[in-house]
Amino acid sequence: MADKKAGKTRFSRAGIPKCPSGIRGLDEITGGGLPRGRPTLVAGSAGCGKTLFAMEFLVRGALEHGEPGVFVAFEENARDLAQNVASLGFDLVDLAAREKLLVDYVSIDRTEIQETGEYDLEGLFIRLGHAIDSIGAKRVVLDTIESLFAGLSNEAILRSELRRLFRWLKGKGVTAVITAERGENTITRHGLEEYVADCVIMLDHRVTEQVSTRRARVVKYRGSRHETNEFPFLIGSHGIFLVPVTSMGLDYEVSTARISTGIPRLDTMLGGKGYYRGSSILVTGTPGTGKTSVASTFADAACRRGERCLYIAFEEGREQIFRNMRSIGIDLGAWAAKGLLRVHAGRPTVAGLETHILTMHRLSDEFKPKVVVIDPISNLAEVGNQVDVKAMLSRLIDHFKSNGVTTFFSSLVTRGAPEETSGVGISSLMDTWLQLEDLEKSGEHNRGLFILKSRGMAHSNQIREFLLTDRGIDLLDVPVSSGEVLMGSARIAMERQGMEEERQGRVEIDRKKRLFELKRREKTAKVASIETGFLAEAEDFREYLRTETNRQEEARKTRSALGRARKADPVRAGGNAKKPSSSRGRR
Amino acid sequence: MIPGGGKTRKGAAARKKVAGRTPAVAEFELRLYVAGQTSRSLAAFANLKTICEEHLPGRYRIEVVDLLKNPQLAQGDQILAIPTLVRKLPEPIKKIIGDLSDTLRVLVGLDIRPAS
Repeated sequence: MADKKAGKTRFSRAGIPKCPSGIRGLDEITGGGLPRGRPTLVAGSAGCGKTLFAMEFLVRGALEHGEPGVFVAFEENARDLAQNVASLGFDLVDLAAREKLLVDYVSIDRTEIQETGEYDLEGLFIRLGHAIDSIGAKRVVLDTIESLFAGLSNEAILRSELRRLFRWLKGKGVTAVITAERGENTITRHGLEEYVADCVIMLDHRVTEQVSTRRARVVKYRGSRHETNEFPFLIGSHGIFLVPVTSMGLDYEVSTARISTGIPRLDTMLGGKGYYRGSSILVTGTPGTGKTSVASTFADAACRRGERCLYIAFEEGREQIFRNMRSIGIDLGAWAAKGLLRVHAGRPTVAGLETHILTMHRLSDEFKPKVVVIDPISNLAEVGNQVDVKAMLSRLIDHFKSNGVTTFFSSLVTRGAPEETSGVGISSLMDTWLQLEDLEKSGEHNRGLFILKSRGMAHSNQIREFLLTDRGIDLLDVPVSSGEVLMGSARIAMERQGMEEERQGRVEIDRKKRLFELKRREKTAKVASIETGFLAEAEDFREYLRTETNRQEEARKTRSALGRARKADPVRAGGNAKKPSSSRGRR
Repeated sequence: MIPGGGKTRKGAAARKKVAGRTPAVAEFELRLYVAGQTSRSLAAFANLKTICEEHLPGRYRIEVVDLLKNPQLAQGDQILAIPTLVRKLPEPIKKIIGDLSDTLRVLVGLDIRPAS
């Protein structure tokens, strides 16, 4: 969270110039950083990270904001200090060589000091002033100045000198961090808050149910708006990591792009395109319903697109997930080897809720994934109460959404429990909610999948049978019989029955077809026989006609011959009644 | 006026030796750190001189270091309070802070038995 306006004084609306601390998250909750040119008190009990906080303030200032710093160490010498912060990636020796950071170890050994009469702490002022001037320091840390109370017995002198010191620091114009031990009923053991009153930050290290969590809170910030909540923080390999979670809003950009679920049929159910990019997806189910498989399929699909995927596993180890997913044809190990997949596996009980959330933040900041899978999120309920979990998750989801990261959560639910309570009460945070059901009927368990909700898209309302095959997840249509869905062997039986009916139908058609063909042939044969009979009759008829015509011709000839012999009249046409019929017959 | 207090320059020259009758290496090597010529510094030097003359005649050497002129010297002897008297020799190193007005405490601090 490096500030772009490095090293420049920023004026907030309240008019207080701010000095960006460079500590990730702190500048967000303080509205820009610590009060510039003024001392800030950082109080906390032993081991809460005060020294690291102060050191990071200096190192970030030197590296990122061009502000050299002086670290006045009252408890550790420069060598020890350099060793201690090396684990955070801070190279004090290098910074010292480049005159960007100067560590001045101030030791007071009461056993070798005798006090006689009046004195002041001008020596400290001179040392500090000399250190500041020698590297042009803009930042100063006094860690922990309360050691003076142990080394010097005259508290009256000490107090007046401390008052003078803080005034002097302001006069020098340096931004100072003063660390102090936490008191019983006061912010600091020796009441330093009386002198350093501009900004007070409390660090805390609490253990609840054997799980420790670090928290930071801005107790006071004179003249500036600031967050008042407690914020969890981590001390990781890159320094302090504090998530300004409540400062997040809902005003992130949304995407209309869609990404595949990895299951073609599920894409179809989700309007044909899959999830929205940057949305939050929840899959709930009773044990053994295949949540991890759905999650892994989604992770696999992301890697296939060439996108980085962060897989947070709370239940199974990395290798176990790889092995199990290989059995359904998903090779997550290959993606991990290619650097597209990072699996972070660990029991939820190893750390507090805040630490888990922070770890996820840190991992995503480092790995920059496009898809984050958390499997299962319900296990987080073991380390926090429901209100906490929901609050933390909403912050996490906001964080991912604002970065356009698609989040996929699985959640274990118990059979018969109301859906809303079983999903750690987080369903309202989710854009798409898939439910996997274990349906028991006729002595067998079958898996069903349906979409409970999916904001902003048309989606299927049907239950699909969910099958895990060696080639991945398969979704099948389920037949409905007398108002009940059929799955597994019932579905198979139903399908068999359907197939039988279909087969019988085909047989009937064939039979009818054959019958018809016979009829047609019969008809053809009949037609042929009629034709044959007719032809015979026609032949007979023609023969008769020929014979008859000849006979009549013969008769006419005979009559003519007789008539000539008898000198009769010539025969007229039509005079013979048989003549027309004979002509018709000839035609 | 502290001898050497106003005239010191740099490094070893800053630690101007006073109390001339002392040998090259005295039994008691004392160093008084001050910051300018304040009344408290002057009082401390005067008190120290008196105590030494009375209890350590000829056995001591006093060096005065003005941190306003040589601020880098403050680190070496871990000086915070002003004035601070450091007993460099005999070892172990002892420190006495304040204006040295309490003679008895100074003697205890320097590990010197009263002469009388």
